[in-house]
Amino acid sequence: MDWKQADYTGWGRALSARGEVARPERRAALTGLDAAPAFGMRRSYGDAALNAGGRAIDMTRLDRLLGFEPETGVLSVEAGARIGDLAQAFAPRGWLPAVMPGTGFATVGGCIAQDVHGKNHHHAGSFGVHVAEITLLQGETEITVEPGAPLFRATVGGLGQTGVIVAAKLRMTPCKGDVMLVTERRARDWDEHLAFLDGSTATYTVGWIDATATGKALGRGIVEEGETGAGLVRRRERARRVPMDAPNFALSAPVVHLFNRAYYARVPARGRTLVKPIGDFFFPLDKIHDWNRLYGKRGFHQFQCVVPLAAAPALREMLTEIATSGLASPLAVLKRMGPGRAGFLSFPMEGYTLAVDFPNREAARALIARLEDRTAEAGGRLYFAKDALARGAQIRAMYPELSDWQAEVARVDPDRRFETDLVRRLNLRNA
Amino acid sequence: MESWILLGATSAIARAFARRLATEGATLFLAGRDEAELEAIAADCRLRGAAGAEVLAFDARDPAGYPALIERLAAQEGVLNAASFVGSMPEQAAIDAEPRLIAGVIADSFTGPATFLQMLAPLLEARGAGTIVGIGSVAGDRGRLGNYVYGAAKAGFATYLSGLRNRCARKGVHVLTVKPGPVDTSMTWGMKMPFMTSPESVAADIARAVKRRRNVIYSAPIWRLVMTVIRLIPEPVFKKMSF
Repeated sequence: MDWKQADYTGWGRALSARGEVARPERRAALTGLDAAPAFGMRRSYGDAALNAGGRAIDMTRLDRLLGFEPETGVLSVEAGARIGDLAQAFAPRGWLPAVMPGTGFATVGGCIAQDVHGKNHHHAGSFGVHVAEITLLQGETEITVEPGAPLFRATVGGLGQTGVIVAAKLRMTPCKGDVMLVTERRARDWDEHLAFLDGSTATYTVGWIDATATGKALGRGIVEEGETGAGLVRRRERARRVPMDAPNFALSAPVVHLFNRAYYARVPARGRTLVKPIGDFFFPLDKIHDWNRLYGKRGFHQFQCVVPLAAAPALREMLTEIATSGLASPLAVLKRMGPGRAGFLSFPMEGYTLAVDFPNREAARALIARLEDRTAEAGGRLYFAKDALARGAQIRAMYPELSDWQAEVARVDPDRRFETDLVRRLNLRNA
Repeated sequence: MESWILLGATSAIARAFARRLATEGATLFLAGRDEAELEAIAADCRLRGAAGAEVLAFDARDPAGYPALIERLAAQEGVLNAASFVGSMPEQAAIDAEPRLIAGVIADSFTGPATFLQMLAPLLEARGAGTIVGIGSVAGDRGRLGNYVYGAAKAGFATYLSGLRNRCARKGVHVLTVKPGPVDTSMTWGMKMPFMTSPESVAADIARAVKRRRNVIYSAPIWRLVMTVIRLIPEPVFKKMSF
């Protein structure tokens, strides 16, 4: 049986779909399927991976490493391979994926389709910058696409609309070994937080932000800077699993407030330097499988925006609104981005990006709508990988190259065989 | 240095097991019918640390091709190990419509791998070491409505493995019988089944059982209990049940 009826969700679990899903284990089985949008580990929060009432292809079983050239560091790999798996296999040999998102469970195909960024975006740019070739399946024809072609720019960050990403060649980056030297510093408030991020010369930099701190402490957090290194380090503990949906009070305001205070205080005032396994630094939450269940049955949303450097004051106002709302969860990240992006619909722009999780409640949805308005006013951008709530006209206006993308997608998929719930909800393909 | 030949190496469980062996630095012989698929798996294993990964053509229904494989393995030095993952399970309705399909099921799931292992065993015995892993099935523990031809083939294979263990144990060669319950693969895609486990989990169970020289394991382990209960149901009652 190729297709089975299934209920499936995005990572935020607020949006779901019922439809037929196939999960080919062989390349020939994939080629034999009718054209349909593909998904990987469904780590996009909203509906990027969903196709309600239609069909979708689960790519996670096509996850093989196909070839590696040690002279150039180019890895050829199937789209269903997970980034964390690549890091684990190659770091001991001195190579890492050049860009790694915040979860190692993301697949190569997903990283391309969302043109994800990592903690080194200010130096390295987005994932697609390091892609040397993409193999696309369009119906029964397999084609390869290289940088420079409009189809490449429409595929990177292209939400799977140009065909099924089957395999890719990635330019890996050299690393010193499979441990991380991590420096953690307290940033006492917003200004210091931005100053630390601006002044950081580290390869990997990210700020955890206490999105519940208000007043003088607004914007406080921990700035983490990391470099790869060689050496021995305590092995990673076995991953734990969230066994059931948590009750609604699990992430209520007082609980989050207390947690965040403790999390902040755990780093001494003078800072500290630690040696960590590579996964602990890049994918801190992967140690807890199914952590999205902590938000209970109704799920959660992540708001993520990027605003230009000059709009930092507007971002501060957004944070003020978040911090006083009492709705934020512990997961909140602030980061400085560089200009590097590789697709027509890539999220990154030079500036600051803020990401905050919220439980899926009426008040939070209303707050997110206001934050989206502020993002638009600040000349910023929302992220398709995280979005479940945006309004089409507003988010479309944030992507100046949308019409280039639409033209290319209309050319290669005139019958709209790869449309997903996200593309329909935001009406992305209609000029 | 350890070498492993995997029969039916494109199966999901075989792939997961091959990855484990690759990270341990074993030399792999990946045997099966789908050459393109086997080459992809071999590349994956080499990049994950296998000392070598070679593709061999193996069709369970064509024993004439077996001696070439045996010859290749004989040329390989060091400890030899083998694991058979082959088997096929057409829908019972298809067999009802065309009973002659039974021959293929028996060849894939029983006589093919048994014939191959019968040829291979002397090689391992001569070296006085090595492990043979045979994948049976909980379906072989009792014939039931939905898949009794497959079950019969796996039962035959399990009995064969039991005898082979008895024979090889005297020569320092260990035989492990693995009885997986439902595993989340393309074979079971779209079926609703209890205690479903993953290929990675079965592969981990096999690796552990090889190290501990276990004789018969169930994967997931709960199936040992479930099948004990099912075997105890008296036939007059069992024949009226349909699960």
